[in-house]
Order: sequence, then C-alpha cells, then structure tokens
Amino acid sequence: MTAEDFRQDFPIFQGNDYVYFDNAATSQRPLQVIDAVSDFYKRSNANPLRGLYDWSVDATDRYEHARKVVASFIGAASETEIVFTRNTTESMNLVAYSYGMANLRAGDEVVITVMEHHSNILPWQSVCNKTGAKLVFMEPDEEGYISREEYESKITERTRIVSVGHVSNVMGVTNPVKEIAALAHKVGAVMVVDGAQAAPHMKVDVRDIDADFYAFSGHKLMGPMGIGVLYGKEKLLDKMDPFLTGGEMIEYVTRDSATWAELPHKFEAGTVNAADAVGLEEAIHYFEKVGFDFIREREIALTSRIMEGMKANGHVKLYGPEDPADHCGIVTFVIDGVHPHDTASILNEDHICIRAGHHCAQPLMQFIGAGSTARASVYFYNTEEEVERFLKSLDGVRKVMGYGY
Amino acid sequence: MDIKQLYREIVNEHNLNPEHKGKMEDPTIVLRGVNPSCGDDITLSLKVSDKGIIEDAMFEGSGCAISQASVDIMAGQIVGMTKEEALKMASTFMGMIKGEVTDEEEIESLDEAAALRDVAHMPARVKCAVLGWHTMEKMLNGDND
Repeated sequence: MTAEDFRQDFPIFQGNDYVYFDNAATSQRPLQVIDAVSDFYKRSNANPLRGLYDWSVDATDRYEHARKVVASFIGAASETEIVFTRNTTESMNLVAYSYGMANLRAGDEVVITVMEHHSNILPWQSVCNKTGAKLVFMEPDEEGYISREEYESKITERTRIVSVGHVSNVMGVTNPVKEIAALAHKVGAVMVVDGAQAAPHMKVDVRDIDADFYAFSGHKLMGPMGIGVLYGKEKLLDKMDPFLTGGEMIEYVTRDSATWAELPHKFEAGTVNAADAVGLEEAIHYFEKVGFDFIREREIALTSRIMEGMKANGHVKLYGPEDPADHCGIVTFVIDGVHPHDTASILNEDHICIRAGHHCAQPLMQFIGAGSTARASVYFYNTEEEVERFLKSLDGVRKVMGYGY
Repeated sequence: MDIKQLYREIVNEHNLNPEHKGKMEDPTIVLRGVNPSCGDDITLSLKVSDKGIIEDAMFEGSGCAISQASVDIMAGQIVGMTKEEALKMASTFMGMIKGEVTDEEEIESLDEAAALRDVAHMPARVKCAVLGWHTMEKMLNGDND
C-alpha cells in the first residue's frame, strides 16, 4: 500500500486540492472510523453500563471492547487501567487534581519541561499554587534535546511528580521518557507522560516506559474528537479519589455519603462517550493496518524534503533537531521578516493548511525567543507532490509580503 | 480582493514603512493591546488636547502585517479628529470588518481604512485588523485597565 492508496480511505481528501499539513493539531479520519461511529448510533445506541435490555448491553459490550483494544494498543496490563476521558487535557487535569492535590505538600516539587503543551503546565501551576509545591522546569538544548545532566539535576529527593511530554508539539523531539521515569522512580516520584504527540507516531508501551500515568487523545490518531485516554497503574488509580462525581461512577449513595464504583468507572462520571470510544477502536485497527514502520518511513521522507526545501529557500529559520528523523513529522519555522500568521494566510490562499501561533506552548516560545512560529506537520497519507506544492507556495511568501523575492 | 492582492496593494506599504511607528514624547494616554492567540502585541500612544482633539498617535510593538498596517492607517487618520469623531470611525471600521456595516457611504467615510474591507471575508484575520482600533476605543472611553 502507498500513501495514495491510503488517501482513498479519507473522504476529506476527495474532490479538492487542499494540502493538509496540520496533522499535529488533529489528524484526518478514514471512512472506517466515521462509519464505526455512525454504526454505533444506528445499531447499538442506548445508555451503556446501566441498562437491563439488549441494546444497552450491546452498547456496553462495544464500549468495553474498545477499552480492551486501547489497553492492548499501549501495552497496559489490564483494561481496568484505561480511563476514557474527553482528551489529553482532561486526562492531565484528572492526574493533577486527583493525584497531585492529594499527594503534594509545601516544599515538594513537580518537574516538567519548558517544552510542554499548556495542558501539561496549567494543571500543575494550579495544583502547585493550591498546595505550596514548586513547579520546576527542565530546559532543552537548542535543538530541543533534554540532556541527562539536565534531568539528573532537576529531579531530586524533593520531586514528587515528573510530568513530561513524550514528543514536543513544537520541536518534534522525542523525550527520553523511559530514562526519566527510571530516575523519577529512584527518588520516589511518579512519572506522568503526555503522549498526545507520540501515540500517533510510534509504538507506545506503557510498561516498557514504566509510566505511572500516560495520556493521549483519539483525534490525533485518526479517531473521533472528544475521546481521550488516561492510562494509570492500578495501584495508583485505586487510591485516588474521583475527579468528577455524579452518575454511573458510584457503588452506593446515601443522603450524606457515597462509595465509588470499581476501576475504571470511578473516573467516568456521567453518560460515557461510547460511540467515539468505538470510533477510537476502529482508528486503532486502521492504525495497525498502516503500521508504525510505514508511518515512520513516510514521515522521515516527507520531513527530510521539507527541511531541505526550506534550507534552499534561504530565508527560513527552522526549529528543532537537525536530523529530520527526530521531528515526528513536525517542522516549525519562521520566514525572515514575515509574521507566521501572514505566512499561514498566504499559504491558505494556495489551499495549504498549516498552523501558526504559539501552539499552546508559550513558555517554549519565550524560551526560544519567538513570539509565534509557523508549523507544518505531516502524516503518512501526505505525499511528495503536496510537499512540492507547499515549498513552492512558501517560496512565494516573501514576494507577496513586498520583499521583492 | 484576495489576500495576496490585499498585501501587495495596501498592507505591505504600511507594514514595511509605517509612518506612525515609534516612541512618542509626552503622550496623554498609553495602552497596550494584545491578541493572545496570535501574539500581536502593540502599545498605542495618543496625545489628546484639553479640547479633546487628537494631536498625535503613535504605536510600538510587533504583530502580523495586517495588525501593523491597520494600526498605522488608523494613526494616520485620527490625528486632527475629536475624540468623538475617532470613536465613531472606530465603530464604523469594526462594524465593516465584522460584516455588520455594509453601507457604501459609511464605508467610504473611512477613507484609506476602507481598503481593509475585504478582511471581513477572512474570519481568521478579523482580530488582527481590529486590534489597534479596539485599543484606541478603550483609551478614548477611559477604559485603560
């Protein structure tokens, strides 16, 4: 199968000439995923986990089957360790509030990196403010790599929680989460991994990493929007209080008190998003059909050509690693003298979709000294022809902006 | 007008060679205006006389070409106006950009700023175009927080 073959499965690519290079924000969905969601509503729609009739039982089965598939996808020991959330942001908030609030004291430290997405900064800022714990930032080198010296110096006996993005959504670099987890555990801290940008690109094995918590979103790996995952080790989830309370997450309720349902339902208050969980399962099946090797091979080929073309342009500043293989398909850049929003608008005129702004990573923007950057991010279904169109449009930007070339 | 034409014919000149960019001596009102999602960040300085006439307008800061050009055009046009005239112009401009003001005569009253009318068809850029105007409106309404 080639990229062109896979593209046939994506309705959004048919009958138009748009080049979609904003895959790090959200991927596109194949028809199989769209159909799976639709099929749930057509055939099995009933409120899962509470009905005593066939349709509800079927809805429950399909929802719980999706959980099993997710567990196996990331190497979890059991599906009871998989909590469905809305997205990575909600997963990170769940960990910060349910685990962080209960386990942090004044003087403790939470260690993150300056490259984090806001969803792995703001929950910790908030919990640190409430508990008196201190938020400590690890800093990367110019290419985006965090050195061993850096994490060895920042993770200390005061550290209670280490929370690191597996892949930076700006630099594209993969952080050494396994090594950092080992060090975190050595000092008695828990390791939280924000896997939003990693899960769509590489085989994640939560037990190999030895992550205590691992979060990712369905929509970046071809699943529906509004379904996310939090993996947590059972022994930790067991001791944590619920994040949200209400329907379907209880064991027994009186006027004054309640006891909680078993894992993972304790963390899934209210009617669950079963249809999108079913869609996520289908996305994982599709994902496995494509294969990690193919995804990686395509990303490296496309990224290499993009970086080569940008260097040839002569007016493009590139961020992240020198090696295209370390970009996870993400190329962040600025054209000299052109604000990234203007770049994105001009590219849009040529039907090329890229992201521009701070990418929900303002501390990183401050660290690299850029108010805003442009970002092109490719996925396995993008093609060489699209890259050439992108580069050609990019080469015309300075001229449109009045620079003469 | 498509966006490439808009840049070439109006925006570039003000973005590359702004006439009103720089520091003002003794301004009477200063306010920073920011578009957090874009990173547009300007500081507008106005000198308003006791009689309520805008005697000078300057801006500093950085942002996309549309935000910079729009505030430069605005600064050029409001000098000599009363506060009330400038506020009316801001309201017409923002109405035009949001697609609420479509009356030709009203739009023409904006003079050079009317050239940005096609931003109304570029929803992603509306915030850029109105940043300077919105900042001025707050300043003249005494809402300087």
